Amino acid sequence: MSLAYYPGCTLKTKAKNLEDPAIASMEVLGSRLEEIPRWNCCGAVYSLADDDLIHQVAPVRNLIRVKEQGKNEVVTLCSFCLNTLKRANLLMKEDAEKRGTLNSFMDEEIDYGGEVEVVHLLEVLKDQVGWEALAQKVKLPLRGLRVAPYYGCTLLRPREVAVDDVEKPTILQELLEALGATPVDFPEFAECCGSYQIVSSPDDIPKYAWHILNSALSHGAEALVLTCPLCDYNLGQGQKELMKKHDEFDGVPLFYFTQLLALALGLGPQVCHFELNYGEPELLLREKNLLPRGEAL
Amino acid sequence: MSATISSKRLGSEFVRKVKEISGQNLHLCYQCGLCSGNCPMVSSMDLPPRQVIELARLGLEEEITSSRTVWTCASCLACTVNCPRGFDLSKIMEAIRLLTLRKNVDHLRPEDISPQERCALPQLAMVGGLRKFSG
Repeated sequence: MSLAYYPGCTLKTKAKNLEDPAIASMEVLGSRLEEIPRWNCCGAVYSLADDDLIHQVAPVRNLIRVKEQGKNEVVTLCSFCLNTLKRANLLMKEDAEKRGTLNSFMDEEIDYGGEVEVVHLLEVLKDQVGWEALAQKVKLPLRGLRVAPYYGCTLLRPREVAVDDVEKPTILQELLEALGATPVDFPEFAECCGSYQIVSSPDDIPKYAWHILNSALSHGAEALVLTCPLCDYNLGQGQKELMKKHDEFDGVPLFYFTQLLALALGLGPQVCHFELNYGEPELLLREKNLLPRGEAL
Repeated sequence: MSATISSKRLGSEFVRKVKEISGQNLHLCYQCGLCSGNCPMVSSMDLPPRQVIELARLGLEEEITSSRTVWTCASCLACTVNCPRGFDLSKIMEAIRLLTLRKNVDHLRPEDISPQERCALPQLAMVGGLRKFSG
C-alpha cells in the first residue's frame, strides 16, 4: 500500500532521525510513504487573522498536490505541518467565501474544496495498522524502558484538529505499550516548550524546558518520546546548561516516536540515527540491552 | 495600574481593528482568568493574558502595545481550549501583533538572528518565528 506523504522542511534537514525511521518502519509494516511531488513549505504556523488569506496559499497548494495524485489522504510526521495543513484544510471545507477567493487566486491550480484528509502517522499506526498487528511485528520489545509521552501543542490544539482527546490523549501511550515500553504519565504532557519563541526570546526557553523535563523525571521517566522537531530542539539543546544549573539533573534522552518504533521493529541504529538525539540515548539503550553489543550509533 | 476610560477609546479604531482581524467578540470574556492560569508563558509576561482582553476592549492601546505580552505568546492555544466562553484569545494576540507588524515595524528581523543560530535552529522555528514577528 502506498500512502501520500508530506515531509516538510525540517525533516529533510535537522530531523532525519524523525523521517528515516518512519519510512523504514512503514516498509516493514507493509506501507510505502510516497513523498508528494513539488511540495512546498506549509508555512509552519497557521495564520490566526481572519483577513489574512495569503498565508493559506502555501498549505492549500500542498493539499492540491495530493488531490492531483488521486489520493484522498496525506500523512505527516511533523506536528506543525499536521496542524497547519489540517487547519487550512478545514478552512477550505467549511468557509465557502474564503474557499472561493483562494481557488480564484490560484487560478492555475485545480479547484480544491477540502477533499483530502490530513492525518498524522500516529493515527495511521492506530487506525490502519492497529496496535495488535504492530505488537506482533515487534522483534525487540522495549522492555523496561520507562518513557514519558510528550505531546506538546500542535498535535492536540485546537480541538478541531487534535489527533486524540485534548485533555487525556493516549495515542502515544498505546504506541509505547505496543512496542513493549512502559509509558510514564506526567502532568506537563501538553505544555508548550516555548515554540518559536526560541528565535525571539531564547533566554526564556530553559525555564519552560526545565519545567517539563523535571516533571517527567520526577514521575519516574528515563526518557521522553515526542513528535515535533521544535519540541526536540527546545527540550534538548539547553540540557547541558540545565545540568550546570541543577546539580541533580544529568540530562534525559529525547526520542522521536518513529525511532522507538523502528528500534522495536528490529531496524537498528543505522536507521534510527540516535547520534542526532539530545540527552545521550546510547547510554540508556545499552543499559536496557536495546542496542546490539559493540555497535556504534 | 491606573487608566482613563473614555467613550472615545471604547469606540476607537484600535478596538474596531482588533475585532475585525481576530473575528472575536471581546465582550464574551467574563474575566475568569483561566487563560492566565493555563498559560505556560505567563511567567515571562508583564501583563497576564486575561488583562490583555480587558485592556483591549477598553481601547487602552498604549498599555497593551508597550507590554511584551503579545510578543511572548507562543500561540500554543492552552487558553483557547480551556476558555469556558469559547473565546479564542490566541486570535486577539495575533491581531494586536499584526497591528504593529502591518505598519512595517518588525519585532524580529532576520539579521537579528546570528549565523550560528541560523545554522542550529530547526527550519520550522525560523519560518514560524519570522512569520509571527515580522511583517
